[in-house]
Amino acid sequence: MRRSLRCVVSLLSLCLFLGSVPSGRGQSGAELRFCLHGEPKTFNPIFVDDEASENVRYLTGGVLIRVNRQTQALEPALAESWQVSRDGRKVTFHLRKGVYFSDGTPFSSADVAYTMKLLMDPETHSATGDAFRTAEGTIDVETPSSDVAVISFPALVAGLERLFDQVAILSAKSPKKEMSVLGPYYVSQYVAGSYVLLRRNPNYWKHDAEGHALPYIEVVRLDIQRNRDVELMRFRRGELQLINRLDAEQFDRLQKESPGAARNAGTGLDGEEIWFNQVAASTLPEYKKKWFRTTDFRKGISMAINRDDLARVVFDGYATPAYGPVSPSNHFWFNASLPALKHDPQGAIQQLSRAGFRLENNILKDSAGNRVEFTVITNSGNTAREKMATMIQQDLSEIGIAMKVVTLDFPALIERITRTFDYDACLLGLVNTDLDPNGQLTVWMSSGEDHQWNPNQKTPATAWEAEIDKLMREQAAAPSEKVRKAKFDRVQQIVAEQQPFIYLVNQDALSAVSSELDGAAPVALNPQAFWNIESLRLKPGRAMGASK
Amino acid sequence: MKAQRMLRLICRVTLVIILALGLFAGSFTRYSYAHQFREIPNTAPSLTHWLGTDGLGRDLFTRVIYGTRVSLLLAPAAALLATILAAILGGLAGLRGGWLEKIILASADLSMSLPLLFVLIALRALLPLDVAPVLSVVATFVTLGVLGWPSSLRVVWAAARNLRDADHILLARALGCRQSQILLRQVIPCLRPVFLAQFWISIPVFILTEATLSMLGLGVMEPLPSWGNLLHGAEDFSAMAANPCRLVPLFVLVLTVICFQFVFSGSEELA
Repeated sequence: MRRSLRCVVSLLSLCLFLGSVPSGRGQSGAELRFCLHGEPKTFNPIFVDDEASENVRYLTGGVLIRVNRQTQALEPALAESWQVSRDGRKVTFHLRKGVYFSDGTPFSSADVAYTMKLLMDPETHSATGDAFRTAEGTIDVETPSSDVAVISFPALVAGLERLFDQVAILSAKSPKKEMSVLGPYYVSQYVAGSYVLLRRNPNYWKHDAEGHALPYIEVVRLDIQRNRDVELMRFRRGELQLINRLDAEQFDRLQKESPGAARNAGTGLDGEEIWFNQVAASTLPEYKKKWFRTTDFRKGISMAINRDDLARVVFDGYATPAYGPVSPSNHFWFNASLPALKHDPQGAIQQLSRAGFRLENNILKDSAGNRVEFTVITNSGNTAREKMATMIQQDLSEIGIAMKVVTLDFPALIERITRTFDYDACLLGLVNTDLDPNGQLTVWMSSGEDHQWNPNQKTPATAWEAEIDKLMREQAAAPSEKVRKAKFDRVQQIVAEQQPFIYLVNQDALSAVSSELDGAAPVALNPQAFWNIESLRLKPGRAMGASK
Repeated sequence: MKAQRMLRLICRVTLVIILALGLFAGSFTRYSYAHQFREIPNTAPSLTHWLGTDGLGRDLFTRVIYGTRVSLLLAPAAALLATILAAILGGLAGLRGGWLEKIILASADLSMSLPLLFVLIALRALLPLDVAPVLSVVATFVTLGVLGWPSSLRVVWAAARNLRDADHILLARALGCRQSQILLRQVIPCLRPVFLAQFWISIPVFILTEATLSMLGLGVMEPLPSWGNLLHGAEDFSAMAANPCRLVPLFVLVLTVICFQFVFSGSEELA
């Protein structure tokens, strides 16, 4: 009796064990897998300010207007049409009818009003909401009918429509609050530190040309994986179908193994740049402050840097030399007339000599006889930046400049560039997620905290910074895109002339797509590889449960 | 026994060869360790570049032998500093006893409980930025030396405590020898093998710690090579596949550590 009881217990244990082991077959059904590179801080679209949460918002959030990541044009989404008033302070949305949230709650203009109210509430501290705040005052949302919403702003908001691409509409009535969504997927399960499971929203409003409900893929599993090498290894094993971003070295490796999986969408939005500390209150010696504030000095340095070599050697050719603040992949705002500052050591010496620098026995000295030497800081662990700094070191040694490279852990670096200002120059990359220059107001306005070379100025320190301030204000207030473009072109021209940021390269937008996935067309804009998630399909074998 | 002696001799000769390569690096190569041949990054070994080039086109053989100079000269210096500190403090604690012993041992325990790597990262961040690369190397190893004493201290303290009540020390005291005489003629000769053993055992530890720091980008500053920052380049898998000689710094590091271990085991037996 005791033995048979033991057998039963053992069998039960075995069954429980087998039941708990994840079956590759079951999991891989119509399931798309890729990775988030960090823990999503929130699932509430209002509070999103990190990449992981932003990706979840893109997959789950329903927006009124969507920026097509391929054409970079605006497309109607929950709003079938919209009109912006001539003064740019009011936008009227005509909403799609018969749309329901994932939990079955009907969508109406009341939800738009609720979302905008929450977004603009100062207590919410929403980064998404900040983009709409161009002046003091409150916004007003009128809902003349259930399918019309009129939003009025206290002042003109330039590029207003584009900002709605980031505003995921929340339900005003649903008991599930932010977990009730209008996007193609909803969050079905979240295991902290492990994965986020998204399931197809059965009420999603979009259909394909044949009238089939979108999205095609039933489940999206987002594994939380910080280590990029592990991510690539899993992709190669067939455990993942997408990698949204690859670095040049990983891409090169993958291309050699499986050329079809490695996708290069061309020049991306992100850039690498170097800048000199021009903060008046910094502890730098006066002669260094004078160098760094001299345009000819910065231009001389810029001319001495061989950007072609940086792109070819550091990024294996998967980068483009950069000469201005906007990447060529930003089709509308890129100023194509900016001159390409070619590598010219002799020209650099001539440029520097205009500011009183002279070359003596291969050592560059200023007019007071001080040797030109400075230290560039960058974040440790970023191999590409360390390599770039070392190459720039050799480029500058050709014109007699002694440049040192110091790598610091990220918090120590941020402390120096934002608080103590105890540094000479810094090499970092700026990530651009917004195509519109209004997203960079804090970078270009002299009062901005991201105006890295000399942040938080009470009044502009130089005439050219004052001109940039004026142009940025004017472009933000101009209702016409053409006028805005002209103003921002001039900003780019001033930046190219003054070189407060010495732009180095724009990296290519590199991603990986498995052959099991149909319909993927990676682009330069984020989210590069899954921007068209609704149209992606897993090949039949995969969808029926085949797994590697 | 004879085989062991032979092995030790081979290890000593290997260390001498490696050290000579580092010391006279300029005689073995015609390239500068910093010069970038940008047209041929990650190239395979050839007659012109015996071990090929690194990711920036720098001659790998040149960088390995100059890296040897940095790692192999400064690691013993750091080991010497750590051993001297351990000898003074451990000797004092062991011989004097009482409250001084308690304070020294408590501070050693406290130092050992600190995560060394994080302390080094914090100290590196506090250093001024405009130091020359050579100075940064010296600073790195001085920091290693200053922070590396507690583990040696425990061993020295134990040996010194045993000596405190040893017969020959008591006899020397009874004969009226001065403290300095006892220290110089009785204590230090007895503890010398312990000091030597601690010195030898610390060298590979410091070489590896520098390698770890450089792998994190916090050790020796570019373009100065060290075994650590050369190993940093080994993270590039495709470059490794193209040129397996990128592993040579690792091989030299392992070989050196093994040689030190064998030489050290001789000193340990002596102790």
